[in-house]
Amino acid sequence: MSDDIGLSEAERSAGIVRCDACPVLCRIRPGRPGACDRYANENGTLVRVDPLVLLARPDLPKVAFIEGSNTWAGELGKGEGAPFTEPFVTGIGATTTYPDYKPAPFIVSSKHDGVDMVTVVTEGIFSYCGVKVKIDTDRYLGPEQATVRVKGEAVGHVTTAEYGSQMLSLGGVHHLTGGSKKEGVVTCEALLALCAKEAVELVIDGGSTVTVQADRPPIVNGTLEERMRVGCGSAAIGMFAPQWKDHVDEVIVVDDHITGVLSEHQGGAFLDMKPAGIRVRGRRSTPGRYFQVAEPGLGWGGTDVSDPLEIIDRIDPKTAWPGLKLLMVSTTGEHSAWFELDGDLKPRPAPMPAPVRKVVERIAENCEPALCTVLFMAGAGGSLRAGVTENPVRLTRSVRDALTRVTLGGVPAFIWPGGGITLMVDVSKMPEKSFGYVPTPALVAPIEFTLRADDYAALGGYASCAVSLEDVLRSTKVRLDK
Amino acid sequence: MNRPQAAHLSDGRLHLQHGPIDLVIEAFGVALEVETAYAQAFARFDDVLATLVGELPVLRRPVGAAHPLLQGPVAWRMARAVWPHRAIYITPMAAVAGAVADEILAAMIAGRALDKAYVNNGGDIAFHLAPGHELRAGIFVDALDGVAHLHHASPVRGIATSGWGGRSFSRGIADAVTVLARDAAAADAAATIVANAVDADHPLIVRQAANSLDPDSDLGALPVTVAVGTLPAAVVDTALERGAAEARRLQRAGLIEAAALSLQGRWRVEGTGALAQAEAG
Repeated sequence: MSDDIGLSEAERSAGIVRCDACPVLCRIRPGRPGACDRYANENGTLVRVDPLVLLARPDLPKVAFIEGSNTWAGELGKGEGAPFTEPFVTGIGATTTYPDYKPAPFIVSSKHDGVDMVTVVTEGIFSYCGVKVKIDTDRYLGPEQATVRVKGEAVGHVTTAEYGSQMLSLGGVHHLTGGSKKEGVVTCEALLALCAKEAVELVIDGGSTVTVQADRPPIVNGTLEERMRVGCGSAAIGMFAPQWKDHVDEVIVVDDHITGVLSEHQGGAFLDMKPAGIRVRGRRSTPGRYFQVAEPGLGWGGTDVSDPLEIIDRIDPKTAWPGLKLLMVSTTGEHSAWFELDGDLKPRPAPMPAPVRKVVERIAENCEPALCTVLFMAGAGGSLRAGVTENPVRLTRSVRDALTRVTLGGVPAFIWPGGGITLMVDVSKMPEKSFGYVPTPALVAPIEFTLRADDYAALGGYASCAVSLEDVLRSTKVRLDK
Repeated sequence: MNRPQAAHLSDGRLHLQHGPIDLVIEAFGVALEVETAYAQAFARFDDVLATLVGELPVLRRPVGAAHPLLQGPVAWRMARAVWPHRAIYITPMAAVAGAVADEILAAMIAGRALDKAYVNNGGDIAFHLAPGHELRAGIFVDALDGVAHLHHASPVRGIATSGWGGRSFSRGIADAVTVLARDAAAADAAATIVANAVDADHPLIVRQAANSLDPDSDLGALPVTVAVGTLPAAVVDTALERGAAEARRLQRAGLIEAAALSLQGRWRVEGTGALAQAEAG
């Protein structure tokens, strides 16, 4: 910025900046864009709204290339473990936000370990895309195949339960463009928010309301879910049986999947524990392991139980004895209770002995933090590949053969085996503001193809369009992400 | 300072950009004619912004009893488009996008034999149709919400859309008002007027002085819409009716052919059959 197109003192103190990127010479207030929407006033500094994003190792002197580097430096600590020894130009900002066209992508040549490399940098418009969400929880979120809704619109469905987690599949072409307009728009908004690492409230038909945010614990029906269960009830018995043995006569680990009963369990039998005669509800699988002791819910161990004694079916007077010491505990250690049988063999609540309390706490300690994780999944179709090479199938083959590395915002993508380029990437590793959308509706995501220059020429690439990394840095405003 | 830029998009369309002007241009016909047309468009584009900027102080003043004195051809188109509306507050800037589109279209088709051509300036579109040819234009608000069918026989050669969420400020609350008129500048001015008329008084409508957002705004201290909450259906209908009445007035005066108004999922279409709401999804 030059000062000869001066601002008044009042304008200066109001934080207004003068943009000299074009003859309009907009005066821009703080937090506002200029007439073009390309430049904006960010805290008194003129910035490009859609800079290219650059990844580099923080200790590299290459930072010196970057215009206004102190403005842009160090927004994120991402890209850890990323194999970038040189600045790496990402697809973020490679195109503007206009919905109706895509500028030709950057094709950047550089040297890595003495080998000439080419990175084709673009932003792809993905009509076929969605997210797979893994929610670490034992709480009941809803039946498999149930519809997942945002603002009343169907945006996806509940899929399989995994170990300690529930999977959701959200988005996909049928919700984006196959349903009503509103369904498509709401789905697109939800995907965009999840990919931007923002919180989204999902309502599951016949199930719970869960707030999902990438890399954060889920909130199920208003309750923050802080940890995963240590294992199923049977696994918990197996892990902690020796630590309980000298302090209890029976332990029941309440779990929605498999509830464990110590004295009947292999773990208890191995320690010569005496049968206690306490029979739990549900269907016995193998000794000491019970399915379906209660309905799924938000109570103990992912069941609907709030009073653990509800799951006790009967106490056998021939086997049990007055004074029998019973621990009931959930698979996360969040719920626990201590009982002693009275003269009528009725369980009575009693203060939990310290050594038992310690093992309950150890269960909690062994639970991993519960997180929501969001993987963006999409297919790179014909037109996107055509921006890379005149012969798109060769790009697919080259990716298949691992000659071409595919990254999204610099993060390596997992490529599904089989036909096409169907990829998955962890959004939490991607730089801020990586995703956009077009009104189709479809998502816009950065994508970079990196390969050897000679391989690129061989697959029919636009090698003559390649520019050097230095030229990109000189001619384009960039944002540096470390 | 950045120079005017030209680039071919991957599908062959021409993209011209300078400062706030973004044009996406497409011509249809034999290759040599199309190429020459694109060259004419870029040649004309070169000084458009610089010339406009020279007259900005006049262009940002409301049109009153006297026709503004202007030199540049684009500025002249702007003034001509807003002149019929001078009874209400309007500045030539209300037609700037459409006028640029018209000017570039005129330059690119001069002496060329093209089947059809369009210049899309951020949604304000000027187009050319040879006999027997037609164009379809989609209207996007939430999704593909409407379609305009444009035939050679119809007098319509311009489409423009205005609304409070766009790049320009609006005094009304319309999500989008799309207008068909004889050229893009006329459509642009009329869309601004109709979008301003789609309005209501409601606590969920937040307004701010235009110059508190943009010190250079041609609207000065007039309030402009900065947020609209979800309004009761009756308020939406009342606001749409106010806009529709304005659209009918402009149509009777021969200033527009048709208008489609949208607000919070509800629609009004006034005028000829060229505009149709897309089938409900």
